[in-house]
Amino acid sequence: MRRFLWASVVLALVIAYPLLFSTPFLQRLGALVLLYAIAASAWNIVGGYAGQVSVGHVVFFGCGAYAAMGAYAHFGLSPLVGIPAGVVLSVAIAAVIGVPTLRLSGHYFSMATIAVAELVRLIVTNTDYLGAAVGLSGPTVPRNVFDLSFISALPYYYLFLTVLVITLGLTWWMANSRMGFYLRAIRDSERAARSLGAPASRTKLYAFMLSAGLTSVAGALYAMMFGFVDPESGLGILISVKILIMAALGGAGLLFGPVVGAAILVPLEEISNNLLGGKGAGLTFVLYGAIIVLIARFQPGGILTLIKRLWTRRGKMPAQTIVSEASHAP
Amino acid sequence: MSTIVVQVIVGGLLLGAIYALFSSGLTLVWGMMNIVNFAHGDFVMLGMYVAFVVWSVFGAGPLLGAPLAALALATLGIIVYFGLIREIMKGPMLAQILGTFGLALLLRYSAFWWFGANFLTLPENIVGGTFDIFGLRIQASRLLAGGVALLVTLGLHVLLTRTSLGSKMLAVAEDSTAAQLMGIRPDTMQAIAWAIAAGATGLAGALIATFFYIVPTVGETLAIVAFVTVSLGGFGSVPGALLAGLLIGVIESLSAYLIGAVYKDIVVYSLFLGFLWFRPQGLMGKT
Repeated sequence: MRRFLWASVVLALVIAYPLLFSTPFLQRLGALVLLYAIAASAWNIVGGYAGQVSVGHVVFFGCGAYAAMGAYAHFGLSPLVGIPAGVVLSVAIAAVIGVPTLRLSGHYFSMATIAVAELVRLIVTNTDYLGAAVGLSGPTVPRNVFDLSFISALPYYYLFLTVLVITLGLTWWMANSRMGFYLRAIRDSERAARSLGAPASRTKLYAFMLSAGLTSVAGALYAMMFGFVDPESGLGILISVKILIMAALGGAGLLFGPVVGAAILVPLEEISNNLLGGKGAGLTFVLYGAIIVLIARFQPGGILTLIKRLWTRRGKMPAQTIVSEASHAP
Repeated sequence: MSTIVVQVIVGGLLLGAIYALFSSGLTLVWGMMNIVNFAHGDFVMLGMYVAFVVWSVFGAGPLLGAPLAALALATLGIIVYFGLIREIMKGPMLAQILGTFGLALLLRYSAFWWFGANFLTLPENIVGGTFDIFGLRIQASRLLAGGVALLVTLGLHVLLTRTSLGSKMLAVAEDSTAAQLMGIRPDTMQAIAWAIAAGATGLAGALIATFFYIVPTVGETLAIVAFVTVSLGGFGSVPGALLAGLLIGVIESLSAYLIGAVYKDIVVYSLFLGFLWFRPQGLMGKT
């Protein structure tokens, strides 16, 4: 009951945030946090629940972004039309990469996803139809509301919030379905899971495809908000890295882990970029690198796991939570 | 076959020898500890910057720069092993990948912050002249770099297969507990493996810097080259890495010559993915 009360308070605060803090900077910051939370939650399905660390998720992000902008630039359609196309393309690419690599050990999967991301970036940079190095632009002046081109960040905030709720809902549903149990079993010990009859390769592939589709939606939303996409902003390996670090910092394999990670790292990056200017970009990523090394070394479970453990130690958590935490532990 | 094609192939082989040198470090660590160092390319990048600093401070060429780079990176390798790798090896897969990946970012953007994003180069005459061998014109810097890389890679293979240190490391790789019962310290052996692997990258970086531009993000490309080489040659195999490195050098040079420089990486990455599909154990690997 008390938990329910807390959840409603947090939800109310999230809904009221852009009205309480109505400066453009803070509204934009809020929208960006939600956007990265969508992408990181999508990554979490395959990286957290299935334990397969993809470093190439930017490919799916880029698919969505290019599909949305391509729908406008080449066919004069609303960028919204591009979303399903981007999702279909992403799921297909995920299947093509996933079938061979998910049979192999986790390191192989990570290396293959990096190579795919670089390959796609190089191909797109040399393809004139996709705008080569310049990229594609969306509508400069919106023709109607379906162009989703707004000056204020407020509409984006609520749009992203809706998509985030859907993403988290899907993740929750998946985690509590048969597939979620398979995935956790595979992550803890693939050999044991297989010997008990869990279809390991197939389940990992489904998780990868679901994650790819959702990441593509995040990419499309990103392109709509910024009004353009180029190889660096849509397909640069650093996007993958950001998504991955947010999920890992908050807590990979926990429903709200990626959201917590995004809520910490996005403001950190925006503020350090604002304070330090162009030179700040380098320093921000030095900090990112240091954070990720420290998480890996001291707290692979992420911040939420740490908080949960501290709570349990203080004896405030009911016994059943301890049991469920144990089954989630990496 | 025209002279120019032969020249391209020889150039590819000399470049490939350097690929083989730094990839054999990656394959050694993978074979011994079952861990992939995602910061491997950035180790090479650091080696390049050490060579650059040695030149700009002492005005010295690779004769001083290469040993210093190897020494500096070997030290870094030992620090990384004891500070990070030893701990994350006990952790989950996510921690292993994140740990070295975070290290890659840390090194890459520290270099970016310290040296800036500009392309640096060593003066072209640091290893001067070109040789004329049977009508082929080969830059002395590339010949030196390729030759040294080839010799060191072969030396590494001899070290691993013909010496007692090599046997001890192999023993740890096979069964660390059994090795411990025979009086071999797995910790020391693994630290030595990291020192050798990182030292090889430092040397390779200093050699490649004599004719290649130096930029913080160069490690990203080189890391993928090392992944391709190692997966082509089979994980854990130094001779495999040598063969695959030479092959990739030639493929890269030929595709740059035949279809254009921007497509050479596309060809190599596609090759890698093709291999993952059809022969994931590599050229010389066993199933």
